[in-house]
Order: sequence, then C-alpha cells, then structure tokens
Amino acid sequence: MNSGKIIEKKYRERKPDKPVKKKRDRKSYSLSIGPIHPALKEPVRFDLKIEGEKVVNVDFELSQVHRGIEWAGTRRNPVQIIYLAERICGICNICHSACFCIAVENIAGIGVPARAHYIRTIYGELERMHSHILWAGVAAHELGFDSVMYYTWKVREKVMDVMEALAGNRITKGIMMIGGVRRDIKEKQVPMLKEALEYYKKGFGKLGDIFLKDPVIKSRTVDTGILSKQDGLALCAVGPTARASGIKKDVRQDAAYAAYSDLDVKAITPKNLLGEVKGDVFDRIVVRLLEVKQSVEIIEECLKQMPKGKIVYEEKIPKLLAELRSVEGDGIGRIEAPRGEVIHYVKLVGEESPFCWKVRAPTYNNLLPWGPMLMGEQVADVPIIAASTDPCMSCTNRAVVTDGNNEEVLDNEAMRRLSVEKTNALKRRVGR
Amino acid sequence: MSLKDLNRSLWVFHVNSGSCNGCDIEIVATLTPRYDIERFGMKLVGTPRHADVLLVTGPVTRDMEKKLRRVFDQTPDPKVVMVIGNCGSTGGVFYESYNLVGPVDRIIPVDVYVAGCPPRPEAIIEGVVKVWAKLEKRGEKK
Repeated sequence: MNSGKIIEKKYRERKPDKPVKKKRDRKSYSLSIGPIHPALKEPVRFDLKIEGEKVVNVDFELSQVHRGIEWAGTRRNPVQIIYLAERICGICNICHSACFCIAVENIAGIGVPARAHYIRTIYGELERMHSHILWAGVAAHELGFDSVMYYTWKVREKVMDVMEALAGNRITKGIMMIGGVRRDIKEKQVPMLKEALEYYKKGFGKLGDIFLKDPVIKSRTVDTGILSKQDGLALCAVGPTARASGIKKDVRQDAAYAAYSDLDVKAITPKNLLGEVKGDVFDRIVVRLLEVKQSVEIIEECLKQMPKGKIVYEEKIPKLLAELRSVEGDGIGRIEAPRGEVIHYVKLVGEESPFCWKVRAPTYNNLLPWGPMLMGEQVADVPIIAASTDPCMSCTNRAVVTDGNNEEVLDNEAMRRLSVEKTNALKRRVGR
Repeated sequence: MSLKDLNRSLWVFHVNSGSCNGCDIEIVATLTPRYDIERFGMKLVGTPRHADVLLVTGPVTRDMEKKLRRVFDQTPDPKVVMVIGNCGSTGGVFYESYNLVGPVDRIIPVDVYVAGCPPRPEAIIEGVVKVWAKLEKRGEKK
C-alpha cells in the first residue's frame, strides 16, 4: 500500500472533533481575506483580527493548491518525475526540476559534465531574473502603481524571449535531465543572450529609479512589515526575505552546486546599497533588484568560463532508467530558488519509481515570518507585506490533508499522530 | 468577424483552482504591453459580479470545488467559462491525484478550452476571440 492511501484511509476513519465555540470579543473584529480575492494571485486564506485599522493577530490557512504531487511521484519513474517537478510551480520550474535531478544524481553517483553545470547555472539565473522582475511588477500592483507593473512586465518579456529561444518554451522548459541538460547553448545563440544582458544592464537604472527613488513607494514601504534579524533566524526565513533582514544565507554561497563553486557569489543584503539593515518591505525590494544585477553578472561570467564538451551523462533514457532501477539509497538536492532554498529528498529502493519524494519549498519557511511582519500594521498594508516575501502557494501546498466529505483541516496533534503512524507504516514496508 | 465587431469591453475574472502559476503568469503576460489585449477593453476585474468571462486555471482541488461553483453562480448571465491549460481541461500531469475533483467541466459548464502547459499568450488570445463569438450569440438569444 502506498503512503498516500495510508493517509487517506486513516483520515477517513478519524471521527470529527467537536466544534469549539469561540468567545465573542467585542473590541476586535475578524477580517477574512481569500481564498479568492483580487489582491491575491493564488488561493490562500487570511484570517486577520483587527482593532480599528490595526492588525492585532494573524492566521492563515493553506491547502487550496494541494495536488498530491509527491504521492503521484511515487507512481512514476524518475525521468517522468522531472516533468511533474516542473509543474510544482510554473515560476520556479527550473529549480524544482534541477533540485530533483541533483538528489537523484547524489544517490546514483552520476557525474554531471562540466558544461551541463554551466548551462544549469545560466538557466537558474535567467529564471531568477524573470521571477524577481515579475515580483517587482506584482509589488507595484499591490501598491497601486499599475503603470509600473506594466512597465516591469514589458521589461520581463526580454528574458522570456531568451528562454524561449534557448529552451523552446516560455514557462515550463523541460530542459533538465538526470545527469545533465537536454539542450546545449549553441555558439550562435550567445550574441542574443549577451544582447539581452546589455538590455537589462541599461534597464536596471530605470527600474532602480522607479523603485528606490519614488517618494510614494518609499513612504509606503520604509518601516513597513519589519522582520528583525532575530525573528528571521528563529522562524527560519530563507532567500531574499532572510537576506533583507541581514541574514547572510544563500545556498549558492554556503553549499555551492552546479557551477557556483567556480563563481564568486556572495549573499546580498541591503547593507550593500543602503549601509544599514532594517528588514522592512523596502529592504526586500532593494535585495531583489540587486539580485537581478547579480544574476546578469553571473551569466556573463558563465559565458566566459563555459567549457566545451558533453552536456548529459547518458543520452539514452532507457539505459539511464535501467541504471537507476539498480540503485538503492537516499539523497538530498539543495538549490537557491528565486524565493529561497529548495530541498528535495528522494529515496530509491531499486524499483521503477522512487519509494519516497519529499519537497520543501522556500515559501513554507517564509510563511511564518508573516506573523511578526503583519502584527501591528494597518489593514491597507497587508497586501504589500504579504507579497513582499514573494509567496508561492503552488510550491507550498503539500502539507495538509483534507477529507472528501468534510471541509475541515487537520490540526497539529492529528497531523503529528498521522506522521508517526505513517513513519511506522513506512518502516514496516522497508522491513526495519 | 472583424475588429469592428469588438465594440464592447469584455471583463474577465480569474479563478485559480489549484494551478501551478504557469498559466496565471501567461494570462497576465497576455494583458501586459507585449501582447496587450487590454487595448480591446478587456481587463481583469476584482469580483465575479462584474465579469462577463470566467477564466479558470488549475485542475480543481477538493478545497476549491465549492468556491469555484460559488464564483460561477455569482457571475451574471450571459457568461462564458474559459479553461486555460491542460490540467483544467483534462487533469494534465496531475490526472491521478487523490485530491482532485476536476477537470473543470465536471464542476461547471465550460465553453472554451485553451490547450497547452502553459498555453502561449497567442493561444489565449485565440481563445478570447472564440469566447467573444460565443458571448455575442448568447446575448442575441436573450
């Protein structure tokens, strides 16, 4: 019996808890936002307690985007899973597929050719550029600057063109393969890539002017939604959210993968530009804009250093799959996605499909910081603060189990109990 | 049908029923300067009560089923439902998942399917043209 069915069965057998009567608090009101709401790009539900205009308590509810991807992964072979991993999140499809590939390569001891490492790095950075620029547009939209949003999305189309020319598709590129990549970057494609980088170097000044010098954007974002360094560390924030609070945390620097060990990548904090760290929304804008610039530099460096040679460990997929069927063990892949650190855990037991596949997406860590960020802020600032961590619900929604007939969500205790039961069931299956 | 027939503005409401974001960003790309269908008066609105067209992305998770139905009921007639992407049309890569009640046409009636994972903005524009023709017909009948 596979793990998904175990959870489903156990949950169906569970009797529903008695509803708890809530005491009415006259002073504060609760404001429910979502899951379908114009300020939200993806379904998530906020439950805010407000006193006047001030937010005094924050709760949020996920599970609207849970599609059972990990479970489906245990029914497919590793090469099919790459395409499933891409569809965890449309925006960061490169990091999820690359992360899964790295995990499987670690298990099987597959050596990736040097050129493939560089190509992976280039795609990763192109994706970071597109994701950060897209985020800048969304942030402008949340602030009410729709013209800025349209401008940033126009700027973003250039990197989409580059990715389409290189990989053949705009969003889900299908470029990663276990042991390398599926398409080479040809010599004649390099000038187009360089031209796009020049475009961003020029365009960066204007984007920077809009976001960093505009007095209205400044007054809306400075000292709004502050996440202190201590809170950031305690709540395990990752990616730009953590770096904007002054935590120098970046997988590209701390545990270099792909070609990053050859490149000198340093975690960017607002100190680089402003000289001080506040951890507010403005700092998060600064970090993301600086990272776009950093990505341009990394791609340029990659193009200079890129060696020639093979791009994939084994071209014949049946042969690769046969090799993976004979492998046992577990492995972890870590990657710095645009939103922070992605971790994929894979366990192979010498069968066609993996025994276990677990994904920890960065938004999972960046949700809890919403608490300290939103507390004490005005209701009108909620959309921009929530957007400032660049939440990606489609990445995150794999932790909650819902019942078919009953719309309740598992509480912590029940989840823990299920978790213990699941571990025991898995132990039994492995025979330990 | 020519451009002259586009004499009224289509207002669109977007429902994400559990999508991976791929289709959603392509929808926004369709509206923004490169493809710019806003020049024909089409825009995303904040509530289904103002909308002529429902754009549905995603394979419809259990959690979103009731909400999707409710949004459909809130949209005034005549209305058209447009599904963007493979997973809303057929389930796509998630077809076998235990948490899906979709595809979308099991929950609400669908008029136009746009295939692709995700579809290109050009494909979405073609879908919009088809929606337009359907809506005009539906308006005449009333």
